Amino acid sequence: MNLTDLFVSSLLNNNIAFTFILGMCPLIAISTNVKNAKGMGIAVVIVVTLTGIINYPIYLLLKATNTTNLALLVFIITIAATVQILEIFIEKYLPKVYSSFGIFLPLITVNCVVLAVSLFFVNRNYNFLQTATFSFASSLGWMMAIIIVAGVREKMAAIQSDVPRGLVGKGIVFIILGILSLAFLGFTGLSF
Amino acid sequence: MNIYVPIVLIGILLTITFILILVDKLMGGSGEKMITVNQDTKFPVSGDESVLVSLNQNKIFLPSACGGKATCGMCKFRLIEGGDGEIKPTEDPFLSQEERDSGVRLSCQVKVRGDMKIEIPEVLLNAKEYETVVDYIEDLTYDIKLVRFKLKEGEQIDFKPGQYAQIRVPGIEVIRAYSMASNPKDKEHLEMIIRMVPNGQATTFVHKALELGDTIIVTGPFGHFYLQEDSDRDMICIAGGSGKAPIRSIVQYLRDQGMPRKVKYFFGARTTKDLFYTEEFVKLSEEFPNFTYIPALSDPKPEENWTGEVGLITDVVDRMTGDLKEAEAYLCGSPGMINACIKVLQKHDIQDEHVFFDKFS
Repeated sequence: MNLTDLFVSSLLNNNIAFTFILGMCPLIAISTNVKNAKGMGIAVVIVVTLTGIINYPIYLLLKATNTTNLALLVFIITIAATVQILEIFIEKYLPKVYSSFGIFLPLITVNCVVLAVSLFFVNRNYNFLQTATFSFASSLGWMMAIIIVAGVREKMAAIQSDVPRGLVGKGIVFIILGILSLAFLGFTGLSF
Repeated sequence: MNIYVPIVLIGILLTITFILILVDKLMGGSGEKMITVNQDTKFPVSGDESVLVSLNQNKIFLPSACGGKATCGMCKFRLIEGGDGEIKPTEDPFLSQEERDSGVRLSCQVKVRGDMKIEIPEVLLNAKEYETVVDYIEDLTYDIKLVRFKLKEGEQIDFKPGQYAQIRVPGIEVIRAYSMASNPKDKEHLEMIIRMVPNGQATTFVHKALELGDTIIVTGPFGHFYLQEDSDRDMICIAGGSGKAPIRSIVQYLRDQGMPRKVKYFFGARTTKDLFYTEEFVKLSEEFPNFTYIPALSDPKPEENWTGEVGLITDVVDRMTGDLKEAEAYLCGSPGMINACIKVLQKHDIQDEHVFFDKFS
């Protein structure tokens, strides 16, 4: 699989949020406005890309020592550590960004997109470049998803749409997500 | 078993721990920062703690009923220089526009990230932390207790009559503020009048669990509500329930001076069951013609044979006071009661700057 194909497919055809339904928790919680969604999205892109790149050599090490059954455990540890280091780093050098990220950054540790991306590259036997591309594109796809959902929610709030009472709030978000997933099915078969 | 399993696991954990420590050392806020309080007091701080905690470590105790969770809004201070950026959403509900403009923040939400210049009210610099032992507990009514805390040998607390202190409930670390009911002359003891609040964490502790000999951490004194000592105006005091505490302190203080000012104290209660310290205050009023004690019941039962004043405290105050243009008022109690009383006092032409109150909530 060439890198462009991989990039486009991870971004659209196999969008990690809309086709794999991963990372729903922050996607629903932090999609009330576009500004926050963007912040969360950027944080996820940075963390996922970084952990993908870091976890790849670690996985090679696991393979060399025949301990791949530890992958899940080790990946989680590296993810938590990466987020921690990133937090210290941003806090020190970009205090403005830090205060606007607020709670999003530590929250990412438990975003399943991060772990899923690391586990997927194992399953799919990607090489290093593919892993990097896949991590970046998947997280970018997730960022796109949360911004789209936030945009829809913002619009709905602005025009005070007539949502049935039982669905007000998070309920209607699931339906929006469903419709968007269906729409993304339209990308099936797309390639360059 | 694969011998590499423990090696890999431990190796990775160690590596990551090492990297984290290294990063923290290199970039974290372990450097020393200088906090300047009110332009003269300076102290160095290390670490990334909040202003509230940093001040605490340096023996400056800002009032905080929630213990740093941004729910009480009491730990305000003015940030002049430094700090970590804009007002956080957690602080938002507690700051008025005026406060925002002058740089007021909640100290539990601002972290020390560099040198800072801050301003806190001068009276707070007097607040200290005291380790006390409970040496007296008395049931004043069915739901109000008097608790006396004895300071450690050699320690003294200086407070103005009317101020409050905070107690820290051991175990759950809940911090609550109570007015001091004792005579400020007695610097080795503190008395508090604590009413049982249904489901209140601290009051439940005091009423159900607190025993003689328990060690309790008390910080204080705090508060802007205290006797104006340089004034000689006539005084109107209105307080019900545990609001009697600060008034008792004020009255005892005045008694020691020979009651130089005319004081009228209105004590509102529902039935005779809610009355306490009646004898103490009646005796005072017999001793000093300047002091009048007016307990009033809003809901006396016929079998109680109550001969005193009857009615809501606001009505009684309205009925029994004349022109208050030159008077000073001290009010303690629930916000609802205080607001209603202020209205009545205004009807009698009291000047707003002479009304002092402590809203218990």
